[in-house]
Amino acid sequence: MSGKELSTPIPEALMEGATARKGAGSGSLTRRKLSQAIAFGVFWLAGLLAVAALFWIVGYVLVEGFQVINVEFLTTRPQGGVSGEGGLSTTIVATLYLVVFTMVLATPIGVGAAIYLTEYAADASRRSKFLARLIMVARAGVEILAGVPSIIYGLFGFALFVVAMNTFTGGFSILSASLAGACMVLPVIIRTSEEALLAVPRSYREGSLALGATKWQTITQLVLPAALPGIVTGLILSVGRIVAETAIFWVTIGGSYRLPTSLKSAGRPMALHVYMLATETRAFDKAMGTAAILILTIVILNLGINLTSRYYSKQVMGRTQ
Amino acid sequence: MTNSSTKLKVRDFNFYYGEFQALRGIDVEIPAHQITSIIGPSGCGKSTFLRAFNRMNDLIPTAHAEGQILMDGHDLYGIDVVDLRKRVGMVFQRPNPFPKTIYDNVAYGPRSHGLRDGAGLAEIVERSLRQAALWDEVKNDLDKSGLALSGGQQQRLCIARALAVEPEIILMDEPASALDPVATLKIEELIQTLKELYTIVIVTHNMQQAARASDYTTFFNMAENRAGYLVEHGPTKEIFTNPKEKLTEDYITGRFG
Repeated sequence: MSGKELSTPIPEALMEGATARKGAGSGSLTRRKLSQAIAFGVFWLAGLLAVAALFWIVGYVLVEGFQVINVEFLTTRPQGGVSGEGGLSTTIVATLYLVVFTMVLATPIGVGAAIYLTEYAADASRRSKFLARLIMVARAGVEILAGVPSIIYGLFGFALFVVAMNTFTGGFSILSASLAGACMVLPVIIRTSEEALLAVPRSYREGSLALGATKWQTITQLVLPAALPGIVTGLILSVGRIVAETAIFWVTIGGSYRLPTSLKSAGRPMALHVYMLATETRAFDKAMGTAAILILTIVILNLGINLTSRYYSKQVMGRTQ
Repeated sequence: MTNSSTKLKVRDFNFYYGEFQALRGIDVEIPAHQITSIIGPSGCGKSTFLRAFNRMNDLIPTAHAEGQILMDGHDLYGIDVVDLRKRVGMVFQRPNPFPKTIYDNVAYGPRSHGLRDGAGLAEIVERSLRQAALWDEVKNDLDKSGLALSGGQQQRLCIARALAVEPEIILMDEPASALDPVATLKIEELIQTLKELYTIVIVTHNMQQAARASDYTTFFNMAENRAGYLVEHGPTKEIFTNPKEKLTEDYITGRFG
């Protein structure tokens, strides 16, 4: 039957259309090629400008910064005062504390929330109208929170963690700042994790369930490992934000340049130190030095997370060659 | 191997997606250790019917079933769904290997069921890959990603993965429709070797495939209200050479569908 259809001649109207298109195509070929070349040029330029700006900024900070960076600068603590004497050792420690505790608080909650929203929320919504409303509100909340300026989290953290929960958090402290920071990065982690989980094909889940794996096994053994690279991207973005933020920590961690010894100690992360040096002291060169170390810290943290997750993924996914 | 006992018995089975009735009054018996193919035009509910046997349809929130399906005399809905899916394996239309190594793909099922013993797992992996006629091609590449295989190899990997949990029944939803003719033939040959150990139900669009590769054939059609119903069921030879229903004859001779 299909053979019969094939042997029928192609209708003339169709043929005419084809020749007309062909004619138009060859006529304006040079013009089309030209517009393509121009478009390529424009995009190239845009890309080049973006990269150039990046290299200029980072390069400037590094070159300026490395003029004051030496072992002493790295190993002594800031001395305070308007002269901005001293190094930055304690600010590196405070930054690392802050990153670690914020991520420890935010990652399980954020990834957990994303798992709930992608894997369980649909079922729950169907079972109960109340839950459906709650989930809708939670989703909307995450969307809105992702766009809230960080100083708002700072004020919230100040009111709740620093003032109201003073006895538990120690007032201005690493703990207060980590809690506020966790609130700030939570929406980022939830959204990126949710997208990563949604990108895992349904066919994987079906395949796993069809083998008699439970839903929980499917999530932990298959879906999470498959979504890991995307989830890690969200974590890296979050680490970047924590390292870079000043305002939120200015009102929650205090700003003391002494070495933080416990979660309840106040401290001064690097970004805040840069801000303080640049605005309240004469030591602009040291602000640059601190900024350079700040950039290096971000690069090292990102590389570390990226390499670890890639190594893990390779172990799980196997060779592709 | 002749074994005429009934593995699956379907009694007055109706299936709905919300308001829409997808299957109507299906009665059929699927024999053990035979290959039963389900044929019929697109949208007649073949896949829905197949997915009823391992309750994959349960995943669709608005779906519900009426009637009864008995496996060895026991109602499917009386069996825990996880245990049921261990006993009734499935191979999907598009190969869906997990983004894991070949070894981990095959070991996935047994591990899910609590097997941790390394040597035991390795044995299962080798046996399953041999049964799926894939062992010789991948035995030196067990740490390679399942996704790095060709389409036909991927589908045989999925078959091996299903075999690894030692099911009683294997459901195949157009297992060769995404494959080239050579890979298709390989899969068909493989299915023939599997029926000694398993009961196989296969949905296919391809009538030559049903004629070549199955012992029994079930022909589904779609009613005016688009509900699927069973037209005829019988030994493949009879369905294709001497169908009782005019509709079956029309379909297998290509007059519609």
